[in-house]
Amino acid sequence: MTDWTRASAAQMAAAMKAGEVTSVELTQAHLDRIAAVDADVHAFLHVDAEGALATAREVDEARAAGEELPALAGVPIAVKDILVTQGMPTTAGSRILEGWEPPYDATVTRKIREARMPILGKTNMDEFAMGSSTEHSGYGPTRNPWDLDRIPGGSGGGSAASLAAWEAPLAIGSDTGGSIRQPASVTGTVGVKPTYGGVSRYGAIALASSLDQLGPCARTVEDAAYLHEVMGGHDPMDATSLDEPVPSCVDAARQGREEDLAGVRIGVIKELSGEGYQAGVEQRFEESLELLKARGAEVVEVSCPSFEYALAAYYLILPSEASSNLAKFDSVRFGLRVEKATVEKTMGATRAEGFGDEVKRRIILGTYALSAGYYDAYYGSAQKVRTLIQRDFAAAFEQADVLVSPTTPTTPFKLGERLDDPLAMYLNDVATIPANLAGIPGMSLPSGTAPEDGLPTGFQILAPAHEDARMYRIGAALEKALAEQWGGHLTAQAPELEVAK
Amino acid sequence: MGEIDTNRRGVAATRLLPMSSLERADVARLAALARIDMTDEDLDRLSGQLAAIVDSVAKVAEVAGQDVPATSHPIPMSNVHRADEVRPSLAQDAALSGAPEAEDGRFRVPQILGEEA
Repeated sequence: MTDWTRASAAQMAAAMKAGEVTSVELTQAHLDRIAAVDADVHAFLHVDAEGALATAREVDEARAAGEELPALAGVPIAVKDILVTQGMPTTAGSRILEGWEPPYDATVTRKIREARMPILGKTNMDEFAMGSSTEHSGYGPTRNPWDLDRIPGGSGGGSAASLAAWEAPLAIGSDTGGSIRQPASVTGTVGVKPTYGGVSRYGAIALASSLDQLGPCARTVEDAAYLHEVMGGHDPMDATSLDEPVPSCVDAARQGREEDLAGVRIGVIKELSGEGYQAGVEQRFEESLELLKARGAEVVEVSCPSFEYALAAYYLILPSEASSNLAKFDSVRFGLRVEKATVEKTMGATRAEGFGDEVKRRIILGTYALSAGYYDAYYGSAQKVRTLIQRDFAAAFEQADVLVSPTTPTTPFKLGERLDDPLAMYLNDVATIPANLAGIPGMSLPSGTAPEDGLPTGFQILAPAHEDARMYRIGAALEKALAEQWGGHLTAQAPELEVAK
Repeated sequence: MGEIDTNRRGVAATRLLPMSSLERADVARLAALARIDMTDEDLDRLSGQLAAIVDSVAKVAEVAGQDVPATSHPIPMSNVHRADEVRPSLAQDAALSGAPEAEDGRFRVPQILGEEA
């Protein structure tokens, strides 16, 4: 019997169309897998078996009746708990929202429903998406399916781990400084942050509004492309939503697989290498570059000197915006209330109990950075650095069509290793943050495993704003070249998880 | 460290203060402004970490000169308008459905003024 959880989303969609499998069978197979391994992995905060199977049944009936169906109809999906979902609890990984059921759907939730994809459940994340390890979740960490003692990345560690553990073929992520790409890198999966405004943020619980972007998580570039096209598009409910057509990601991925890369210039960002980058990560990165060259691409080196200041600017802009966005968790309209004599005391007690340490750190940092007398020196300067980073990117894209780097400097570290050292934790995102500051799209796909520890390494592709399709072309070309070497996708190399009886 | 005032419009005094590390008393005051109660243990744990973070991010002030414009938004865009028409929105009971306490179609909160007020 075929184990459908090992198939790609595109294969599942084709098999349903060909009558080889039903959506109910696919959905049940994933629910069974979740029941078998999620006690160890803890990718999910909530599993909605009933809702997922109901959607699957409707799709099967519609298909049997000869109805025209969307491309991914019947393919199950996991949704990061940052998206509000009517009829399912939404916590954003925080105790302050424990048990909250939103009264409306996010735009992306609605699009998934309209695409008729069964929603398996909500995935674990660092509280309010603040973190790079999922250890800051209020509900306990997610574990990396490659090694259960290691972090799955963050903030979207639950979404990435669900893919690597074969619990879901597709997942939704959100990326403020790398929260889609870094988890993809450390779990050997694919993750894409679209151009800022390419996907509606309506109903995504806001962390830093000028940086946040929702995007697809998958095991293959083609699957990410299909999901990107489902999620993307203009939404009047989000004032920052781009009023332009959804990029042709699926076509670009096909082009990457079928055609060579003659005439394509790939820029290697000099500043995102060297000190702090693990030898095996750099080795796999170099090998990937050689594969791209072999397919006809020209590789050039580019320099982005202001990137040195990106991390610092990010850790001023993000906390500033977050401190404002998180003011709404005040015990009045939703979530936790720790009742005290006055409303002010109630707020203080509620936020003390409901927020974890990382959220408190960042709110305090943001409150400080926005204070009169400090505003110009901190927030104002950080916004200027943002301009310098955009200028660096503009100059680099004069020399190259896409820019590349390792996604993360290292393979996944052990749980607990950086928990009490926020600065060490922040370094995870040194290569992913510049894209968010500039609003440009970024993708991470597997480049192999590091020889020294056998753990996944990631290859990052960045494109100019609005040119998301380019990443899919280059990514699909590299993925195909690597798959030819490996005899399949990287996730097939992950060790088998122990299955609960 | 000088007086902290969260009113951003008070920014008229654009002095570039020397970047000094955050101290425990500053963290206590900021936490109070952000409405997060802190125990002594919380302050012990978080103050040192916050000081280290502030010291490491302070370098943003070194690099960008007066001539560099600030970027608040990554993609240039203009304001969005729509016709002022009545449209369906959340019903009152739906809006109140997640409230810790509601009464007569409104959010109910503890008393607003303390005894000292």
